[in-house]
Amino acid sequence: MSRKFTPKVVTANDLRMGDVVYMTAAGSWTRDHAEAELIEDEAHGELRLLAALGQPGVVVGPYLAEARAGANGPEPVHFREVFRTRGPSNYPHGKQEAAHV
Amino acid sequence: MYKYSDFDEAFVRERAAQFRGQVERRLSGALTEDEFRPLRLMNGLYLQLHAYMLRVAIPYGTLRADQMRQLAHIAETWDKGYGHFTTRQNIQFNWPKLTDVPDIIDALADVQMHAIQTSGNTIRNVTTDAFAGAAADEIADPRPVAELIRQWSTDHAEFQFLPRKFKIAITGSADDRAVIRAHDVGLQIVEKDGETGFRVFVGGGLGRTPMVGQELRAFLPKADLLPYLEAIVSTYNLMGRRDNKYKARIKITVFENGIDAFRAATEEEFARIRPSFEGVDQAMLREIEAQFALPDFEAAPVEFYERALEVDPLFRSWASQNLTAHRRADHAIVTVSLKAHGETPGDASAEQMRVLAEIAERYGYGELRISHEQNVVLPHLRKADLPAVHAQLLRAGLATANVGLLSDIIACPGMDYCALATARSIPVAQELATHFRKIGLEEEIGALKIKISGCINACGHHHVGHIGILGLDRAGVENYQITLGGDAGPATTIGERAGPGFAYDEVVPAIERILRAYLALRADRAESFIEAFRRLGPAPFKEALYGEARDAA
Ligand code: SF4
Repeated sequence: MSRKFTPKVVTANDLRMGDVVYMTAAGSWTRDHAEAELIEDEAHGELRLLAALGQPGVVVGPYLAEARAGANGPEPVHFREVFRTRGPSNYPHGKQEAAHV
Repeated sequence: MYKYSDFDEAFVRERAAQFRGQVERRLSGALTEDEFRPLRLMNGLYLQLHAYMLRVAIPYGTLRADQMRQLAHIAETWDKGYGHFTTRQNIQFNWPKLTDVPDIIDALADVQMHAIQTSGNTIRNVTTDAFAGAAADEIADPRPVAELIRQWSTDHAEFQFLPRKFKIAITGSADDRAVIRAHDVGLQIVEKDGETGFRVFVGGGLGRTPMVGQELRAFLPKADLLPYLEAIVSTYNLMGRRDNKYKARIKITVFENGIDAFRAATEEEFARIRPSFEGVDQAMLREIEAQFALPDFEAAPVEFYERALEVDPLFRSWASQNLTAHRRADHAIVTVSLKAHGETPGDASAEQMRVLAEIAERYGYGELRISHEQNVVLPHLRKADLPAVHAQLLRAGLATANVGLLSDIIACPGMDYCALATARSIPVAQELATHFRKIGLEEEIGALKIKISGCINACGHHHVGHIGILGLDRAGVENYQITLGGDAGPATTIGERAGPGFAYDEVVPAIERILRAYLALRADRAESFIEAFRRLGPAPFKEALYGEARDAA
């Protein structure tokens, strides 16, 4: 019996800036995890990852990261992905910087 | 002082221009990421968790004032106003944009610096002691020998395809400050009957399978160094395993064959090739030694310094913690702590870098060093100038008097930056430092080395911390393993795992339990944590950590 597919988002780093981005349902890229497309079907996930891999001029290293539905959109599950939505813990840099101005 | 002789202006400029072209081709789509990745890594550019990271080499941890100033300029212009000094004597910029990196590399070349990384299975940059050329207890400056090895191995055919990467460290003093026994080959400059030579260790290393290097030769005459190293490397080339990446390092070769078999093979090869070395290397060494000539030290009276020690308690506590004896009695080596309580170990702001450059220029013959313990060293300061230097450091937030104390923590970037990390390390270091200051126990505890790594790669040298902390991912939660009794000094020891790991917010209380046990058990104030640990063994500390429950369970 195959394991149940857990929901995912497609994430990567922006080629020019290096920062974390997520793929939306429209196939564009967002900096906001909550705006990512929550992928609930394995086959669809593979297709979305292929679509991301097909944009090497925009993003680097796309992969499927586990996520779950939240009140305002998809939320990260693993702590590594939580950190990627924020930035480092020693300075208010990265995404949290933009969020606080 | 030393001008990086190998810094071939034309070569570095050419590489910089090439990289600019490569970035352009990557952006235009002419290069795929798979094609570009090895090129950017060769140029020190990594993609981390939140951004790119540029790693700049600081050979032998030796920096000039104008170079430090340029690092400040880079931090301010293209990064977020700071730089991070690592345990490998590099500086890392954590936030460059890909499109800015070619300009940064040009700016580095303007001060004879570069981000070119040695990569692949070759002999990597040779590391030395940050007090090299300055320490009172030094037999000889290890940097010329390090440079000789680097030049000799760079294009040497035998060493381009080793089973794995190969790291050499050299110390010039018996008080090992370069962790030589945690390297593939460790060299200690020694003297025997008035002759200078080397004590040679082989097979050390941290990472996945930590091992302490073993003595291969108690005394190797100076002139025999290159043939002997070549014999070691040839033996490794023959005996080393290429079938398994994790078993290919020389430490495994030595471990699997035994030190005696490895020594016999090395000595045999050495006897065979020694006659072919006709002294060209020694001529080269003399030339390099001239480039590392010491500054023209200016004599200065020490009365003013001694008076300041008497009247200024702040200065006195800083001096007692952060100074090391210089080869001249009227000079001192200053370690500037980059470990202010609550700050990130190893970080310096652009402003702080400028202050350090200015002090080096005005008082320190223009010289700076970066230590593997992530501090900045001013190797040659006149004692007479120390009160003024201290005042200036104080204003810049650089006068923390904690070198060698609990808060002088080595911590790798961990999961705040590093893409390989399994857990964070920086905030653990920050919280330990602030907590123990708050409860007022840091000075009471005294000499202590805490080292933290964010994954098994051990960039934070946790195995050789008196207390080591290793961050892991346990089923999606950060979990920290504690090791006890490690030591990076002359008696290098790999710490032993205390037991089950701790959750993120349990780490500081766990360390406090260990240290309160130490305070209760030490013979007297003079017995440091590591000495008490060696006398008592791990049992009382494990009990403090886990309580009786563990034995019952
Ligand atoms: S020890 Fe691991 S987490 Fe820390 S810097 Fe090295 S690779 Fe990264």
